[in-house]
Parts: sequence; structure tokens; C-alpha cells
Amino acid sequence: MDIQSCVTIINEWDIVAARQLGRNVAKELGFGTVDQARITTAISELARNIYLYAGKGQICIDKLYDGGKAGLRINAVDSGPGIKEIRQVMEDGFSTSGGLGAGLPGVKRLMDEFEIDSSPGQGTQIKATKWLR
Amino acid sequence: MNKTISNYIQAHKQDILDQWIDRTKEEADERVIRLVSDRVFNSTSKEFIDLIISNFKGTNEEYTERLTDFAEKVVRLGWPLTFVTKGLHTFNLIVFEGMQKEGLVNAENQMDMVYEFDRWSTPMNNEIVSVYSSTWERTVSLQKIALQELSAPLIPVFEGITVMPLVGTIDTERAKQIMENLLKGAVKHRSEVVLIDITGVPVVDTMVAHHIIQAADAVRLIGAKCMLVGIRPEIAQTIVNLGIDLNQFTTKNNLKKGIEAALELTNKKIVSMEGAK
Repeated sequence: MDIQSCVTIINEWDIVAARQLGRNVAKELGFGTVDQARITTAISELARNIYLYAGKGQICIDKLYDGGKAGLRINAVDSGPGIKEIRQVMEDGFSTSGGLGAGLPGVKRLMDEFEIDSSPGQGTQIKATKWLR
Repeated sequence: MNKTISNYIQAHKQDILDQWIDRTKEEADERVIRLVSDRVFNSTSKEFIDLIISNFKGTNEEYTERLTDFAEKVVRLGWPLTFVTKGLHTFNLIVFEGMQKEGLVNAENQMDMVYEFDRWSTPMNNEIVSVYSSTWERTVSLQKIALQELSAPLIPVFEGITVMPLVGTIDTERAKQIMENLLKGAVKHRSEVVLIDITGVPVVDTMVAHHIIQAADAVRLIGAKCMLVGIRPEIAQTIVNLGIDLNQFTTKNNLKKGIEAALELTNKKIVSMEGAK
């Protein structure tokens, strides 16, 4: 049984809304404060990427129930310019916008599972999951 | 306004009001019903109907004024806009059906009457929507100003030591202000050490970290030292996970420790008075 709720990212304040949604869901599922902070930070990174690079997109938060395990999945979807070199953006310190370049590799480290699907002109879809232990 | 319609409404005012309240309550969102008491609901409804009626009684100015008042009240009560527009629609329906029953609307003049209603209600609808949205816009912009006021104050605590407490989300706009206030204030107060307290920042992502690092670099350029305090344990973990390098910073977990370190850096000491009780 999966339950989903979404936030459309258009301006900077939507990032806060997405974060808030993620934090609430994480709290509901029983994640501790550290994992809550990890999840909200990951959402913040993904939402900001949408805002900065694609301009518009969506962050969806799914509750996952797999056997006895519960988890939370962040689904970040946009139809922006896409990513040319996925390997490059997953390297620490790579940034096209003069930022720290820790966003995507950071999200990967913050979460348990990380999946990225993108090609130039096709937009980007990122799925990041955290399991409740 | 067509004479027949206005005469009908004025003659049946109470009747229309009762019907309108019944129907609206049936259709209204639960949110609205839960939010307001019956008394408020009835008095506001009455005001709404009076407002509609005053549309063709008083002067134009009177009407606009009342409409603004009403919109503001509805915004304050937290009623959704659809409630008001639907309310207008229901009102029209009740009047139209009532007039049909009395034979004032018949097969012959039906089309004319529909147009007449439309001519009357469309401008009113537009007016309500525009007043409503401008009331909201004003509320939002006022809040924005209020938010800016508590944005990034710089507080001198000792000679040479200043603190900037940050509370709430940091967006690009605020990051700019933080940088400006920090530099301006550090020069003005002749700070040797500037402490940035992030106890109240809910999320430190790469963007926030990037802005803080830039601010600290700039502070260093004007000859002061920057310290980051108020790093909660969970924030410390996410910073490590993200792989953000804060090595060039002195960091402390709370403001107290930060101030102690800052005093040490500026060769100061706080001593208890001897003989004090």
C-alpha cells in the first residue's frame, strides 16, 4: 500500500512547502530527528535543483510498506533541460551554477537508495528512498 | 438592473435569505462550517445578501466600500473564495427559480432574463474576486515586510564581539541580507569576532551552507573572525553526509560556548565578583 502526496515546485517558497510535507510524513512514519533532518535536507536539495535548473517540477512523497519494513520515498520529477553527464554530477564538487556541488552526491549519502534517470531535453526523474530501521 | 428583478428581490428579501442560508449550508465545505459558529455564519450571510441588494440600491461608491469591507471580513474569517462566488451563484439561482414560480420569468422572456442576470452578476463576480485577491495580496506583502524586519539583525554583545542569530528558512533574498548586514555591522561595531548562530535554522542544505561559507569568507576579508555556533546534532550529521567542508570555521554547538571562545580570542575574561552573595 503506497500513499502519495505532492508539491509543485515553481518558486523558492515551494521548496519550504515540500520540506514541510516531507518532515510531516517522516514524523508520521516514526523516523527519528536525525533521519528527519536527513530527509528534509535531501528534499531541500532536490527541490532546489528543480527550482534552479528546470524552473518547474514536482516533489512527491510516498510512504512505502514492504513486508514488515516502512519507508519514505522522495520522487523528484521535472521536464527541464536534463543532465548530460550523470556521472559528472554525481561527483563531489561538480557544479554548473557556482554552488558547492555537493547536492546530488549528498542526497545519495543522506538516503538509503538513490536512482536517477535523465537525458538532455527529456527532463530528470530522481527517486530517493529511506527505510525505517 | 432590470426593475422586475430588483422589485422581486426587495419584496422577497427575507425569504431569499432563509433559502440561501439553507442551501449554502448544505453545499458548503465542512471546513467553513467547522470554522465559524452559526451566529457568525448567519450574520455574515445576511451581510452578504444585503451587499448583493445594495448593488442596485445605493450609489456605486457605497457599494464598492461595502464590498471591500465584506471581502476583508471574509478573508479574516478564512472563508474560501469559492464559497463567496458559489454563494453569488446560489443567490442568482434562488431568485431566478422564485421568479419562474411566480411567472415573472416565462418561455417568452427567458433568454432576455438570463442575459439580464448575467449582465448584473458578472461584474459583481469580477469585483468580488478582485477585491478578495487584492486583500490577500496586501496581507501577503505585509507579512513579507514583517518577515524582512526580523530577517538578520546583528547584535554587539561585548567590545569586538558581535552575534547574528538566524531564525527560520534562508532563501536567496535573506542570504543577500545576511551578507550585507554582516559586513556592514562588523565594520560599524569594529568586530573582531562575529558569531553566526544557526540554532533556529531548520534545514542546512548545500545552498544555505554555501551562503554561510561565502559570508564567513567575506568577514575574514575585512579582518574579523567568523564562528558558526548552534549546530544541532542532527544538523551536524547531515552536514557530514552532504560532505560540506566547514574546516576553515571554528564551530561550537551553542552560543554560550561560542561566546566563551570569542572572549578568549579577544583576550577577555568574565570573572565572578569576590564577596558577592
